Amino acid sequence: MPDVQPKPQRKTDIGPPHYEKFLPPIIKQNYGKWKYHEIVKPGVMVTVSETGAKLYTVRAGSPRLLSIDKIRAYADLADKYSNGYLRFTSRNNVEFLVTDESKIDPLISDLRALGHPVGGMGNSISSIVHTQGWVHCHSAATDASGVVKSVMDELVEYFTDMKLPGKLRIALACCLNMCGAVHCSDIAILGIHRRPPKVERDKLKAMCEIPSVVSACPTAAVRPATIDGVPSVEVIEERCMFCANCYTVCPAMKLNDPLNDGVSIWVGGKVSNARSEPMFSKLAIPFLPNNPPRWPEVTDAVRNLVEVWAKNARKYERMGEWINRIGWPRFFELTGIPFQKEHIDDFKHAGLTFKRSVHLTH
Amino acid sequence: MPDKKRKTPKLDELEKGEWPSFVKEIKSAADKNAMANDLLGQLERSYEEKIGHWKHGGIVGVLGYGGGVIGRYSDLPEEFPNVSHFHTMRINQPAGWFYTSDVLRKLCDIWEKHGSGLTNMHGSTGDLVFLGTRTEELEPTFKELTDLGFDLGGSGSDVRTPSCCCGMARCEWACYDTMALTYFLTMHYQDELHRPAFPYKWKFKMSGCPNDCVAAIARSDMSIIGTWRDDIQVDEAAIAEYAKAGMDIQKDVVANCPARCMEWDGKKLKIDNKACVKCMHCINAMPKALAPGKDRGACILIGAKAPIVEGALLSSVLIPFIKLEPPYTELIELVGKIHEVWSENGKNRERVGEFIQRVGMGNFLEAIGVEPTPEMVAHPRENPYVFYEEYFEEDSEDKS
Repeated sequence: MPDVQPKPQRKTDIGPPHYEKFLPPIIKQNYGKWKYHEIVKPGVMVTVSETGAKLYTVRAGSPRLLSIDKIRAYADLADKYSNGYLRFTSRNNVEFLVTDESKIDPLISDLRALGHPVGGMGNSISSIVHTQGWVHCHSAATDASGVVKSVMDELVEYFTDMKLPGKLRIALACCLNMCGAVHCSDIAILGIHRRPPKVERDKLKAMCEIPSVVSACPTAAVRPATIDGVPSVEVIEERCMFCANCYTVCPAMKLNDPLNDGVSIWVGGKVSNARSEPMFSKLAIPFLPNNPPRWPEVTDAVRNLVEVWAKNARKYERMGEWINRIGWPRFFELTGIPFQKEHIDDFKHAGLTFKRSVHLTH
Repeated sequence: MPDKKRKTPKLDELEKGEWPSFVKEIKSAADKNAMANDLLGQLERSYEEKIGHWKHGGIVGVLGYGGGVIGRYSDLPEEFPNVSHFHTMRINQPAGWFYTSDVLRKLCDIWEKHGSGLTNMHGSTGDLVFLGTRTEELEPTFKELTDLGFDLGGSGSDVRTPSCCCGMARCEWACYDTMALTYFLTMHYQDELHRPAFPYKWKFKMSGCPNDCVAAIARSDMSIIGTWRDDIQVDEAAIAEYAKAGMDIQKDVVANCPARCMEWDGKKLKIDNKACVKCMHCINAMPKALAPGKDRGACILIGAKAPIVEGALLSSVLIPFIKLEPPYTELIELVGKIHEVWSENGKNRERVGEFIQRVGMGNFLEAIGVEPTPEMVAHPRENPYVFYEEYFEEDSEDKS
């Protein structure tokens, strides 16, 4: 027999660990048996089982971008207060799963001391779902974390309290790719480009397939062209709406432009089916400048939207439901946002968004 | 250890304020890690110049996988050599994002050794994200992750990491076991998840009830949303408690019902369950008194996506009601047919929602063998541009 060491087996396709490994005993015992839940106070919820068992959830906000030091600090808090069990939410909050009611308040104090406000439940603003921005993305038209931090610093009182008429969900995507799927949020902050791609011919020849660059354009603004005898593409500028899809498939179609990139604000989307059906967000403000590090124009605009809605909406009414009740003319009047050409759709099926009745308030 | 402490006057502004600061997180990692330190430097540059400094990824990953790693390179590698490579690893999260302190510490130890020490808890699709490392660190990180029982998630034109709400683990409204189905689908589609072979990405999202806490209807190609088809469960004594405690049941509950299927006479809440559209509002408002019915399952919707390429779409109804219990045979067969038709006929970078728009929902249904039903449309077509496929021939006997 030749002396061959068997290669260690390389593990692949094992999938994630089974979730049961990480469920606290109270959840295993009451899985599928929960009877009701209610919010005890901001950021604290009790879930009560048919068996009478009570699970307390304490929710804290997070910047999503976490160092391992912070995750270890969360782990220490979980050991101290929730038998080592914790989870994260779809909006990047951290939740501690507490069974001993007397540990709730000390946990809240420790979280606050760590710099993480407790809240985000019920009629509040929960954490902003967002993308990577300048921290990690090649196509970002704005930063993500910095805008989110600036907006939440401004609105944190609505996270830690429940004084709003209904839920308010804010999301940010740093370009139209919308990794954060912001298109159904009460308020969406969306990074936008405003200039067509600049074709870098040498790079294009080396890195890109011309047919896929051409077919990437939803408005047929990119077409094949031979320039100085070399196959390339040209951009019909008046057809370009700056979506950057060509740039996604071809790095030689760069749109990033510090002078013209910025932020647009969208309102009135929702995903829940409660009362009204899910809705897309609609354009409220076509352009605000990138003004790092604090984006004051964006924070002012978001605060205005939140406060006008909070003042005028009925109980439970989400941003979109409120606007549907009062109508868009009144929305623009109350918020003081000027209505302009960019608000009117001119993409496919735009006619469906025109007002096709005389149901108007005068 | 980082060689120098960077001056970051713009980012320092974002350490102030009450909301937790990502700059503090990066700085905390940068104290010990050269990659995080160069990230801080490059980000400050972006804040000065108002532009990002990352280049497109190339093909980068672990052996035998086509997804799970997002290649990223600095366009200022001379100035920030430690982020010349700064790849993201997507790690498939446990369903429902439940963890123990023990496993989180072990994940941190791996990332301390092999990467920037920065993470996202979690990425938009649901993965635990390890943010930033070098190409040569990918395989060793992967080895340690699999030894701990973790695997990479999806990226590119593959099945993306499925995700779900916490479902039956902590919510009485879960109409099916979202975490069990998420785990099942993740395991069933391991090959499709790790080896991109579709026209474009495919996302599954599981929400236990129509409140849709994971936004399935807005961002998943297949949105599986719990619902029920019998009567809302009512605890009359608990309704009386809400009324006694000062809730205006007429105004807060009845007047907000989109189906107008409720009446309140001050004592009894009458519900016309035949007319109920399962919106959840009354149940949300009175969780102690009302609950979804007992005949529970899910509605399957198809086709949601963000704007790129042809515009954003919400998912629309494909199967109005389905029971979802292991071994999920009916669901797997349905998904199999859809994948087959879409893979065969979809164009490069065409999500299934856009594919349906192009070929027509009617043709799509025919191809996957699902009968059209009125639940699938908001209303029938308004235009007369019908592609009639059946007609009579002059000599045919069966004309009427």
